[in-house]
Amino acid sequence: MTQPALCRHCQEPVTASSPAGPDFCCAGCAGAYELLGELGLSSYYKRRAVDPKIRALRPDEETLGSLDFTELASTDDSGTHHLNLMVDGIHCAACVWLIETLLQRNDAVTRARVNMTTRRLRLSWQGATSDIGAILSPVLQMGYRLIPFDPAALEQATVSRNKELLRCLAVAGFAAGNVMLLSVSVWAGYFQGMGGATRDLFHWLSALIALPAAAYAGMPFYRSALGAIRNRRVNMDVPISLGVILALGMSLAQTIRSEPHAYFDSAITLLFFLLIGRYLDGRARGQARSAAEHLLSLNARSITVIDDDGTRRLIAPHKAEPGMVVLTAAGERIGIDGEVIDGQSDIDTSVITGESIPVLTRPGKTVFAGTTNISAPLRIRVTATGGNTLLSEIVRLMENAEQGRAKYVAIADRVAKSYAPVVHFLSLATFVGWWLIGGLAWQDALMNAIAVLIITCPCALALAVPVVQVIATGRLLRAGILVKSATALERLTKITGIVFDKTGTLTTGKPELVSQTDAETLELAARIAANSNHPLSRALVRATGNVAAMANVTEQPGLGLTAHTPFGTILLGSRTFCDIAENADLPSDVTGPELWLAEPGKSPTRFVFRDTPRSDAVTVVDTLRARGFDMTLLSGDRSSTVRQLAETIGLRDWHARMSPTDKAGFVQKRADDGKFDLMVGDGINDAPALACAHASMSPATAAEISQNAADIVFQGDRLGAVIEAIDVARKADRLVRQNFALSFAYNLITIPLAVSGFVTPLIAAIAMSSSSLIVIANALRLHAKTSGQSPNLDIAPLRPTSQQAGA
Amino acid sequence: MSNLLLLIPIALFLGLLGLGAFLWSLRSGQFDDMEGAANRILFDDDDDQFAPKSKKFHHNDS
Repeated sequence: MTQPALCRHCQEPVTASSPAGPDFCCAGCAGAYELLGELGLSSYYKRRAVDPKIRALRPDEETLGSLDFTELASTDDSGTHHLNLMVDGIHCAACVWLIETLLQRNDAVTRARVNMTTRRLRLSWQGATSDIGAILSPVLQMGYRLIPFDPAALEQATVSRNKELLRCLAVAGFAAGNVMLLSVSVWAGYFQGMGGATRDLFHWLSALIALPAAAYAGMPFYRSALGAIRNRRVNMDVPISLGVILALGMSLAQTIRSEPHAYFDSAITLLFFLLIGRYLDGRARGQARSAAEHLLSLNARSITVIDDDGTRRLIAPHKAEPGMVVLTAAGERIGIDGEVIDGQSDIDTSVITGESIPVLTRPGKTVFAGTTNISAPLRIRVTATGGNTLLSEIVRLMENAEQGRAKYVAIADRVAKSYAPVVHFLSLATFVGWWLIGGLAWQDALMNAIAVLIITCPCALALAVPVVQVIATGRLLRAGILVKSATALERLTKITGIVFDKTGTLTTGKPELVSQTDAETLELAARIAANSNHPLSRALVRATGNVAAMANVTEQPGLGLTAHTPFGTILLGSRTFCDIAENADLPSDVTGPELWLAEPGKSPTRFVFRDTPRSDAVTVVDTLRARGFDMTLLSGDRSSTVRQLAETIGLRDWHARMSPTDKAGFVQKRADDGKFDLMVGDGINDAPALACAHASMSPATAAEISQNAADIVFQGDRLGAVIEAIDVARKADRLVRQNFALSFAYNLITIPLAVSGFVTPLIAAIAMSSSSLIVIANALRLHAKTSGQSPNLDIAPLRPTSQQAGA
Repeated sequence: MSNLLLLIPIALFLGLLGLGAFLWSLRSGQFDDMEGAANRILFDDDDDQFAPKSKKFHHNDS
């Protein structure tokens, strides 16, 4: 297939039917290009680097100014208005520069700043609030989408928590560095004969730094430990807090009595290392969540309601009431359940039924929220809202299923649960043993007990697991795989079976032409089809590559296209539309959705389409089978279509005509039989199954609710992400176990030393720091060893796909 | 010994200065956008095809 020219603005292929060809794909792009030229900002095109994973900058895809931002702006005392917007379509730093420059060209704007990490824009301007439409219009014309958001509601809790951790980390780091400086002198003093007065001075200085710092930096641990004790549980923070507080208190007592041993350095370094682990952990989770929130908020849509007097207004779908009339434009996603009262169109129901071919709808038929209206505008009377829609029914199924998963306990917590009591018991035994049996003074016995607490303090547990997780999720994120849940990678390692959905998961969800026709007929059909948005028409156009749309073509939604030419009327459409006898010759080997082309005086031509598998589906399935995974295909589609696909990619176990409940039931039943399944699916009908599977993945093209339900969301056209995620999860799991083994081996050597009273502050500090460093170094191997060699890393998408479901 | 009495306070003071600077930068939002700042320097102020307006570009986040 020859590659058509790329649009100068959005870099998408230009179809021959483009009204602004040959340089532009659409009028919007041409307008944007011209506008930038006028403003002298054409250098943007030289500077930018288009990221294929991100939605192309296509102004025509969205109706401009459909959202009214006026009400969302806030005004401060000085009369300056502020607005927070989320920007979709930022490809690189040049986009940030372009957006800021476009906004700053407007004299009313006092400040426009885009945060490139979070893709958020904060805009301040003076003058009237209603100017906002004019201010933002150049940015919208470029093809960026602006979505209002409430910064207070979004992730505020995680952000402030992470900032607190970072502050604690800074304080602990400062204190640890300085105390260590003094401690090294004291240790050197053991061997070089430091005077008692100097040592005491250094101890007092250490106390001065360490006590306030530990009081502040340890707050996250003390709080969580208190919370756990109140609930009569023991978590990892209890021995940490106990160790730190006891060590500091005892050291202070030692300092007051001018004795040689003080643990200030150990206590504060311990806090420092633990805070590093906590911070990394929080950041990775925060990142995954904000990426997920970003994806979801982009899909949040409003619906157009037509009032009795004919006025139109936009409202949020959950505010719709039964009886309201809603207008759904062609290409728009339907936001409510309702009955069609006017219009005839094709509805893409693949997210609910899994069927890849649109169904015809006409007045009197019911449509469901989540489906997409393809060919013509529809007026729909709302019949069900809120908790009564099919969508919310599925949400309910999903939430029920998710409760089981919430019970899953992360490995670090499981280990901590059995480890913490042992630590407490050991140090208590040390104290009692030395005091009552060993005959030491209680202060010395307590010193030994503290040494046990510090030596056993779970640095490895609290640090090794987060570090491994951060590196693993970071690696996956770079490959376009977003890990949403904290325990997802752990659960993924247990997987023995994989359940695939068909449409949109194993397949691309787009039909492709599979029958052979002569080039001339195909081109004629494609020229007619270029006038329609129906998936089959689009497939015809794709198959020919570059054709000009034929004039004088009319579309009857659900039936076909009629072209009026000087040589007579040509029909392109369904069998009945083209009036072809049911028993016309059919090559039996090709089945699937079809289109017929009827030309006057010629025998009709049949075009057969098929929803083709993703380019690497066969390889991925083969690889997974070779590794011993037990794979199943579940689909809501017809048996013949499902069988055909299952045979193509070599899946023996398949089930067709499955409803959302069937799918969830199937997965649940396997789980009850003690099998651990990974569910991979994209439709709304998969959401309950995604939620009740042991682990789940969803492509970024999936319905928002499925992305919500899935543990892992992957971008791009390749299914290889499944293998990549499993690989990384297994490697991460191995490293976590190695780290546990390392730190237990460490404890095996040091605990007897500590219990028998041989551990001085020097040994405690060295043992603790070095064990922490070793587990971190081990975790870093995940990064180094695999970054270059894995053949599955190459999962970068070939074409932008992330928005096709919504556009 | 007397040099210690001078040097330790100096060391602590410098350390506190650094800590204070870090906490200030954290509060003023300089860690909010780690990617943007690195790239922004490549784009600002080289508006060669267009005479810049007198309006100042505002850089500091507050």
